[in-house]
Amino acid sequence: MGAGANGGKSIGGVVLGLEGISLAFGGVRALQNVSFDVREHEIRAIIGPNGAGKSSMLNVINGVYHPQEGTVTFNGVKRRDVNTHEAAAQGIARTFQNIALFKGMSVLDNIMTGRNLRMKSGLLAQAIRIGPAEREELQHREAVEQIIDFLEIQAYRRTPVGRLPYGLQKRVDLARALAMEPKLLLLDEPMAGMNVEEKQDMCRFILDVNDQFGTTIVLIEHDMGVVMDISDRVIVLDYGKKIGDGTPDEVRGNQAVIDAYLGVSH
Amino acid sequence: MKRNRNLIILCVGLLAGLIAPLATGASDPGFYIEVLLGGLMAGVLYSLVALGFVLIFKASGVFNFAQGAMVLFAALSVARMAEVMPLWLATLLAVGIMVVFAFIVERLVLRPLVNQDPVVLLMATLGVTYFLNGFGQTVWGSDIYEINLGIAKEPVMILQSVFQGGILINKDDVAAAIAAVVLVALLALFFQKTKTGRALRAVADDHLAAQSIGIPLNRIWVIVWSVAGVVALVAGVIWGAKLGVQFSVSQVALKALPVVILGGFTSIPGAILGGLIIGVGEKMAEVFLAPIAVKAFDLAGGGIENWFAYVLALLFLLVLPEGLFGEKHIDRV
Amino acid sequence: MLYRENGQFKTTYRQDQQMLPILQDRIFMALLLLFVFGAGPFIFSDYLFLSILIPFLILALAAIGLNLLVGYCGQISLGHGAFMSVGAYAAYNLALRMPQLNFLVVLILAGLIAALVGLLFGIPSLRIRGLYLAVATLAAQFFMDWTFARVKWFTNYAPSGSVSTATIDIFGWTVDTPVRKYLFLLAVVTVFALVAKNLVRGHMGRAWMAMRDMDVAAEVIGIRPVYAKLTAFGVSSFYVGVAGALWGFVYLGSWEPLAFDINLSLNLLFMIIIGGMGSILGSFFGAFFIVALPILLNQAPEWLGIHMSTAMVSNLEAMIFGSLIIFFLIVEPQGLARLWAIGKEKLRLWPFPH
Ligand SMILES: Nc1ncnc2c1ncn2[C@@H]1O[C@H](COP(=O)(O)OP(=O)(O)O)[C@@H](O)[C@H]1O
Ligand SMILES: [Mg+2]
Repeated sequence: MGAGANGGKSIGGVVLGLEGISLAFGGVRALQNVSFDVREHEIRAIIGPNGAGKSSMLNVINGVYHPQEGTVTFNGVKRRDVNTHEAAAQGIARTFQNIALFKGMSVLDNIMTGRNLRMKSGLLAQAIRIGPAEREELQHREAVEQIIDFLEIQAYRRTPVGRLPYGLQKRVDLARALAMEPKLLLLDEPMAGMNVEEKQDMCRFILDVNDQFGTTIVLIEHDMGVVMDISDRVIVLDYGKKIGDGTPDEVRGNQAVIDAYLGVSH
Repeated sequence: MKRNRNLIILCVGLLAGLIAPLATGASDPGFYIEVLLGGLMAGVLYSLVALGFVLIFKASGVFNFAQGAMVLFAALSVARMAEVMPLWLATLLAVGIMVVFAFIVERLVLRPLVNQDPVVLLMATLGVTYFLNGFGQTVWGSDIYEINLGIAKEPVMILQSVFQGGILINKDDVAAAIAAVVLVALLALFFQKTKTGRALRAVADDHLAAQSIGIPLNRIWVIVWSVAGVVALVAGVIWGAKLGVQFSVSQVALKALPVVILGGFTSIPGAILGGLIIGVGEKMAEVFLAPIAVKAFDLAGGGIENWFAYVLALLFLLVLPEGLFGEKHIDRV
Repeated sequence: MLYRENGQFKTTYRQDQQMLPILQDRIFMALLLLFVFGAGPFIFSDYLFLSILIPFLILALAAIGLNLLVGYCGQISLGHGAFMSVGAYAAYNLALRMPQLNFLVVLILAGLIAALVGLLFGIPSLRIRGLYLAVATLAAQFFMDWTFARVKWFTNYAPSGSVSTATIDIFGWTVDTPVRKYLFLLAVVTVFALVAKNLVRGHMGRAWMAMRDMDVAAEVIGIRPVYAKLTAFGVSSFYVGVAGALWGFVYLGSWEPLAFDINLSLNLLFMIIIGGMGSILGSFFGAFFIVALPILLNQAPEWLGIHMSTAMVSNLEAMIFGSLIIFFLIVEPQGLARLWAIGKEKLRLWPFPH
């Protein structure tokens, strides 16, 4: 796979900071006082056993869950409560652990929704369509076509997403997120359930996105090989607590992490 | 917490509305209590129909729009069969019919639509409603029929010594209330004490768990729909004895929808309390509020009881989306 | 060999995004429009106009409106009959109190008023979903039923509560004969269907569908639920309001209180279930079905020499509707429109089976 940690790219300052995040669902404490930061251009991995709170962490970052305590700082703005829509408008995109595509729509339409925030034509213009609305539509269609080319899914434009095989659905999920041209991309287990070949493709795409578009990426992944290969820094969660944070090598040597993972198969 | 604050505000609002007619002197106490009792009586029936909703929703996740059609169908069955046989036999046979109906619904509607979106299931029960109404009137006819429970209908005067003019109550209303209370008690016993009842509760709490301890889901659905059918039958007989068995009986059940909103879709105490609140609120509104509204807006008559329950429910929804006893739920992604 | 997509290469995205990308479909549509506008007025009978085509066209418009909300945006409504009544009574009062207004203006204003009321009752959809919304929209139904039955102003203090409308006059062209009514409705419905098709192909339509399919993901992408749901409620009730005004003025002419009761709401829902949720074409199928079936049921027994009472016929109708709804939900949730699409697909591949 290759590009490896710090492979020649320049990692910038902190773009995302989380401080003292605690989140509970009734009695379940999904996150307990977790703090970490993410720097510009880096690939930051979150690992941990099932139920450790990884997905919840992403949900806090883009405002799907609202933590009881703690703050999220993105682009220098500190927030108690992140609003999902605002997070999207500021350039945070994500994919989902259990694919959350729009089942009733074609691949093309799914990806086009990623452009919705940028499409401004009003109700009447759309009703008439000829003119400004159509021009806008075509302009965004071109942007989307580039992503379709990039992810090599040209053959499926008109296919309803529900009919695609799992691996391709994951790719469309990524395409939809990329269509937002995000600054920060949150990927929740993008390679889960894929075969080796599909995993390699996905790794390549993630690295390319990171390289070519300079997108900062936060990634949840179970495959240790992949994590060690492509991430710059790793956070380890266990039972909602952060038990490790550092470069892949540092984390690998961390005793708490080894303990948490003993006997846990992935 | 915000939820608690909203709950308190609502309760205070309801109480204020309840005592307003007395406090403002708009009504003398005797009449007020009559209205209150009338509301409670209607409320008991709403509770019964709502109970049917909640049972079915808890066990099969179906919002059963057909509950009203079931009430009508059961009442029609009893009324028509009682013309040629004793009432108890007709009732017994009608119970049998409702069980058969439960079997058919399970086989032809629920089983093929298992795991579908709740809204799809709701639409399917709309289909059941239409079918059952058409079928019932084909088989049993579409006139007005009587059910005679053998209880005198003339009102009696009580508490003449306490209130000036005393309080008028109907014997059949009292009988209806007692029947409803007995039924609810029986249901509670059934759910707490019998094996089947406990199994039903297990399903309601967690479908997967119930399946893993070896309860066939299909059988449970049949049982629940049968129980709901029996509840519908009791409601239908009470209602039919009072107003005659006719198509409008099925519309009464539409009033039970706001009740479930108030009480929460999954709470049996919620259904009972919600029914009483709606019953009383509606009567109070019609008797005390409607005349004021008629005067103020120059209306062609009152009739606000046609929508009062719904608007009350809407209000509830806006402040307490989970109902009185419902639980808050956050979607997982 | 006649119906093929092969060889029709799209060289621009504009071509690819046409409403009907396949040439044969465009030709078919053009011929159909030519026929219904050009030939229809001369060859259809008055009976066909009055008892089938006129109600069909208006109900199709209402079904499109409901479909935008339920089929495209995934928000259930059991109260759309009420929004139709808002349109009808709004048009009645506008025409009554401002006789100088052109009927087209009245129609649009009636639609806008219905849209406002629809928005009002759509607000709960921002906090609640699915089943709760069903009950909230029922509230609209019962409240509007009551309003128009009891508030005398809306019916111009008519003692019976029934209202009747004046003949429609559009720039001197009176819509009074069955043929003219048909042509007028045809024009209105064609325009509205086209607009609906445009809306669902644009970013607003995608926002609606995203809300319907996976609301959390839609929010994460930056689609505002408030915006998506309320526009759906507004546009949908606008359509239904216009349909209501047409129902009152063109089809009924005069109507009693409760002409727009819950049964109408449920019928609208049946149209889109049977016709196809999330399909403009399906709205037409569903409307045709619901208009044609009762007529067929009334006539068929006589053709067969059987006598059936009206009560029997209406009971039979209810049973058939009920069964069909369940049937379609189970077997073909996307309704007749999907069957149509499958048929076309088969035709495209014909004579090869796959
Ligand atoms: N929406 C929710 N409602 C209730 N509990 C939740 C919800 N989301 C997550 N949880 C709980 O929070 C904990 C962490 O879950 P999650 O973040 O999904 O873990 P991971 O992604 O690491 O597997 C789990 O115990 C899970 O059951
Ligand atoms: Mg997870």
